[in-house]
This record gives sequence, C-alpha cells and structure tokens, in this order.
Amino acid sequence: MYSNNRKIKYCKAVNEAFHQILKLDESVFLIGQGVTSPWYVGNTTSDLIDSFGTERIIDTPVSENAVTGAAVGAAIVGMKPIVVHPRLDFMAYAMDPIINEASNWMYMSGGRTNVPMVIWGIINRGGEQAAQHSQSWHSLFAHIPGIKVVMPSNPYDAKGLMISAIDDPNPVLYIDDRWLYGIEGIVPEKIYKVPIGVGDIAQEGTDVTIVACSYQVRLAIKAAFELRKSGIEAEIIDLRTIKPLDENLIINSVLKTGRMAIIDGGWKSYGIAAEISALVFEKAFGKMKTPIIRVTLPDVPAPASSVLENSYYIKVSTITSAIEKLVD
Amino acid sequence: MNLWENNLKGLCEHLYRMMVRIRFCEESFIEPILQKQIKCPVHLCSGQEAIAAGICACLSGKDYIWGTHRSHGHYLAKGGDLNALVAEVYGKETGCSRGRGGSMHICDPEKGVVGAAPIVAGTISLAMGAALASKIRKENRVSVSFFGDGATGEGVLFESLNFAAIYNLPVLFVCENNLYSTHMPISKCRPNTEIFRIAEPFDIYSIRVDGNAVMSVYQETKKCLELLKNGKGPVFMECLTYRLRGHVGPDDNIQGKHIDIRKEAEVEAWREKDPIPNFETYLKDKEILSDSEMEGIRTEEMGRIDSAHEYAKNSPFPKPEDLERYVFK
Ligand SMILES: Cc1ncc(C[n+]2csc(CCOP(=O)(O)OP(=O)(O)O)c2C)c(N)n1
Ligand SMILES: [Mg+2]
Repeated sequence: MYSNNRKIKYCKAVNEAFHQILKLDESVFLIGQGVTSPWYVGNTTSDLIDSFGTERIIDTPVSENAVTGAAVGAAIVGMKPIVVHPRLDFMAYAMDPIINEASNWMYMSGGRTNVPMVIWGIINRGGEQAAQHSQSWHSLFAHIPGIKVVMPSNPYDAKGLMISAIDDPNPVLYIDDRWLYGIEGIVPEKIYKVPIGVGDIAQEGTDVTIVACSYQVRLAIKAAFELRKSGIEAEIIDLRTIKPLDENLIINSVLKTGRMAIIDGGWKSYGIAAEISALVFEKAFGKMKTPIIRVTLPDVPAPASSVLENSYYIKVSTITSAIEKLVD
Repeated sequence: MNLWENNLKGLCEHLYRMMVRIRFCEESFIEPILQKQIKCPVHLCSGQEAIAAGICACLSGKDYIWGTHRSHGHYLAKGGDLNALVAEVYGKETGCSRGRGGSMHICDPEKGVVGAAPIVAGTISLAMGAALASKIRKENRVSVSFFGDGATGEGVLFESLNFAAIYNLPVLFVCENNLYSTHMPISKCRPNTEIFRIAEPFDIYSIRVDGNAVMSVYQETKKCLELLKNGKGPVFMECLTYRLRGHVGPDDNIQGKHIDIRKEAEVEAWREKDPIPNFETYLKDKEILSDSEMEGIRTEEMGRIDSAHEYAKNSPFPKPEDLERYVFK
C-alpha cells in the first residue's frame, strides 16, 4: 500500500534504495566487506542476498585495495558497482584506486571514459573505539577533483541520494554516519532522487546561518531549538552534498543573516568548515556582521576513554554557547 | 634464548603460568563488559594462548613484537604489565596507553611490546621495518609480526614477505589461523586453507604448527629463531588454532542476540582441543608438574588478575582538559 507519510528508519531507507535499483538495473552490483553481516552495515543490506544472489551481492575477504580497484575496473567497462567500506578507516587501503584511478580516469582519457560507481563509506565512531575506528575523512575526499561527495542527514535524503549516486555517471562517495541508522523519517516507497550538489534549508531563520551535513544536522536542529528559547532564530543549511557545494544556498542565507556557524564532524584544519569560510569571505565579504564560527573536532585523533570522547565529540551545548556569544 | 636449556620444569611452569594468566585475564573481562563497566571493543584471545606463550618464551627482552586487535595474549606473554593492560581496557590514565588507545592499541615499549593496532595487516610492514632497523644497526634483534588469517587478504602482507625475503630480514611472520575473519570462514576468504604456503614463492622457510600445542609452538619457534639469528630470515609460521569466544566480546552478539555464528559442533570439537587442559594432561602424564603445583600457579595468577581489576577500578580517568596531549612529542 502506498502511503505518503510512511516512516522508516534511515538504514531501511538505504536498504530500500538498493532493493529497488538492483531490481531495475542489472548493471548495478554491491561489493565489499560485510555486505552479508549486520556487524558491518547494520540493516542496510537486509535480504539483498536472497533477492539478488551472491553474484551481485559480493562479500569479500579483507582486501580493500583490490576490491575497490575491481569496482573501478568494472565501472570503467560499463557496470555500476557500489563498493562498500564499513568504516572509512578501512578505506585507507583503497586510497589508490579511489584518488589516483577513479577520480582521474575521466580526465586522463580526455573525457572518453567515465567511471559510474558509488563508493559507500561508513563513519562508525564513539564507543571507545579509538583512533583507527572512528575517523571522518569526508573533507579529505572532497579535496580530490573528480569525485563527488554526498552525506545525507535523514532517511529521505539517504534513499534519494543513494539513488542519485548510483545513477550518476561519475564516481560518487556516499558517506553515512552509523549514528543516523536508527533515526526514523518519512520516506516515499517509490523511486525518487535527491539531486547531487543541491543543499536544503532544514529550517528557516533570520539571525544566524548554521551550516552542517550528515549527523551534525541533527545537532544543529537541537541547537536551534535551544537557541529559540533565547530569542535567536537560526537558519539551518543541510549541505547534503559537500562536493560540489551548493554555494548559492549558503551565500543567500548569510546575506540574510549576516552570521554563520559551521558544524562539522571532521577535524578543524583544512576541513569543509575552512572551505565554507573561505567561500563566504570571497562571495559575501563585507556583508558579515560577525566573524564566522567553526565548531568541529579538535585536531586530535579519536581517544578511547569515554571521558575523553565526551569532550572530543561535538555537543549541542558547544554549538549554542558559541552562537549565543555571536548574536549577543 | 637458551633461557630454559636443561630446565624443562622451569620452561613448563613458565608456559603454564603464562597461558593461565592470559586465559584468566581474558575471561575476567567478560563480566565487566556485560555490565558495561568496560566500554571499548575487546577481542578476546581465549583458546589461542599457546601461540603467544610458546613464541614469546623464545624471545629475549630486546626482541620486538607487534600485534593486532586481538593482542592481550601477545602483550602479556612478552612481559607486558598486567595492571596497565587491565587499566587500559577500562580507559584509565594508568593504562598502558594512558586510556587513549583502549584494548585495540596496547603497548609496553620497554618490554619490546612495540604496539598493536586493529587495521588488519596494518602492523606487518612495521614489524618488518623494526627488523630492518635491527639489521642496519647490527643489533641481532628479532621482530615478530602477529596477524590473523584475515590479514592474508591484504596486499601489504605479500609486499612485506617479498621485501623481507630480498633483504633477509630477521622477522618472524606469525599467522594465527583461527579459521575465521569476523563472520567469514576461511573457505570463503581463500582458495585453499594452507596459509603457510603463501610464503613459499618468496623462498621463505615456512611451517605450519599446531597452535594449540604449546610445546610444539615453543620448539618450532626455537628452530625459526635459530634461522633468523643466523641471517637466514625471514621465517613464516602458521599456527592453527581457534578462538573460544566471539569475534569481539564474549560472544558474537549479533544485534543483541548473544549467539555464536559458528556451528555448535565445530566449537565443541575445538573446545576439546583447548590448549590449557591439554597441556595440563601432558604435564601430569610426564610428571613435570603435579596437580597441586598447577593449582598453586592458578591461584597466584587469579590473585594477580583480581588485584589488576582493583588497580584499574581505583585508577583515575584521563582528565578532559588533557584531550589534546600526546598528539605530538
Ligand atoms: C583494514 C581493515 N579492514 C577491515 C577491518 C575489520 N576487521 C576487524 S577484525 C577483522 C578480521 C580479522 O580476522 P583475522 O585477521 O583472522 O583476525 P582474528 O579476528 O581472527 O583474530 C576485520 C576484517 C579492519 N579492522 N581493518
Ligand atoms: Mg582469524
């Protein structure tokens, strides 16, 4: 039964996108470590193996470099692979096929050969997992020409962006945050797309623009709710895609509010917060009423001890107090 | 290296003590994990103790070892401090990595436990680098790289085998083949299950050992070290074994279900091959250690484990204001 306001969990939305696209398009296949195990990918791949078999749902040995290269090669000859890395941290072994091959291939061939693939990387942090099981490397990848990077914040976008990413003729890095997997939201049953490169105003406001993506949008929404109590109306921009950036959306918002806070789950230095700050400086210079604020992780590897984790990860209160000082 | 020459009893006592210490230590984490007093991911090596104990008994203090996500056994067998290990798992400032690393990043550099890290195959080339340093500095130190069967999927292992072979580096590659890489049985990861053969194309001396028989592990390691010390390295050792606990934590805990994903009959069969009771039988049959001597060792080790938990629980957590410490020297 079709219903306009069916609510499902984020992970189920991703799962539904896979089921629908794999059924529709025989050139799509899913490959990577743990695609048959909820340990790795939660419920995002439930029942795929039953519907599509081991030829198109391929669980692999621990061989990130070769498996990712295989996906790049299959894409170059015309298939549409989705290669999963259940943690971005494990993707380091796959850097070469991603940033040397996939991202450059189209250009190196003078536009003759494109690489239609999705590299699906999952951020899985917290729980005292420490430095090699917590990292959010989205800015690192967004630095590379030739790959697009999308980061949904809710179930609706999770499904729509996955479908767009699969359909895109270029390599698209689709980055999930495991902290979002249990969140519910309205998701249409039909196939639909959320366009790549287009952000969303998650909430309108007049006093300050909060820019965020992925899980950090949830923090921004909570912060905005708190800020309203002190009379501050925040506008929230959910980037949805971090490369290419929806520049106009950001600029138009800061032209209205004159203030900006960027919330990013990555490290501060050289990250997307720095990129967006530069953009605003270039395009809205003189229109800003206050300095830009960056609320990010400190330039520190992820600690184990939860006492340290607690001050490492971004809290709603950090966002609100920073913004309160700004609007004061 | 001739530490135990003509002292079979001393050797056996050491091996038994070490295996018991590791087992008791691992099992002692289960209750606090279930009670959520321990929060970091803990990969227990129960069932695999004979490998760490047998190999490290052949090493000297200056030799290096490198580990993985499942390295409590390696750390303890090489002489790593027990209190500091337990405190690390509790995330305390007194932990071996000052609460910054947790169970997957343990070290005791002064004891030659250079470090452990959970990126599969991540420390193999590092171990080889330590062997290279030993060779350049003419120190005659050996470097041991512990890794699992899962690591045979990673290219860096093969690159390291090749490089180490070309330069005859004193590195002992130890593959603990427990037949699983998380949820994947080895048959789904490899075209054959004879891992030791992967070193053959590199002209590396390679053997397969019963990793649950501590005396075999010890004796084979001694032979391997002879080669390494004589510049005939590297050497590759596959140790067949099985973990008696889940991949991470006491069981496989798939989405709240406390089950083991492996076949019950298989787990049972391997329980029969538990290295500790088997060694006990051997020690008794050969009249090397008596029941009461073994019991004495167990009581002492249990006491050590209990006081390590006390120590850890009474230790302070790291201070939040110290978050940015230790990024750089
Ligand atoms: C590069 C990388 N990929 C994937 C993982 C996830 N992972 C953690 S442990 C493990 C399996 C390791 O199996 P094995 O090497 O046999 O060691 P065991 O757990 O059996 O001791 C995997 C794949 C990881 N830690 N690092
Ligand atoms: Mg294994």
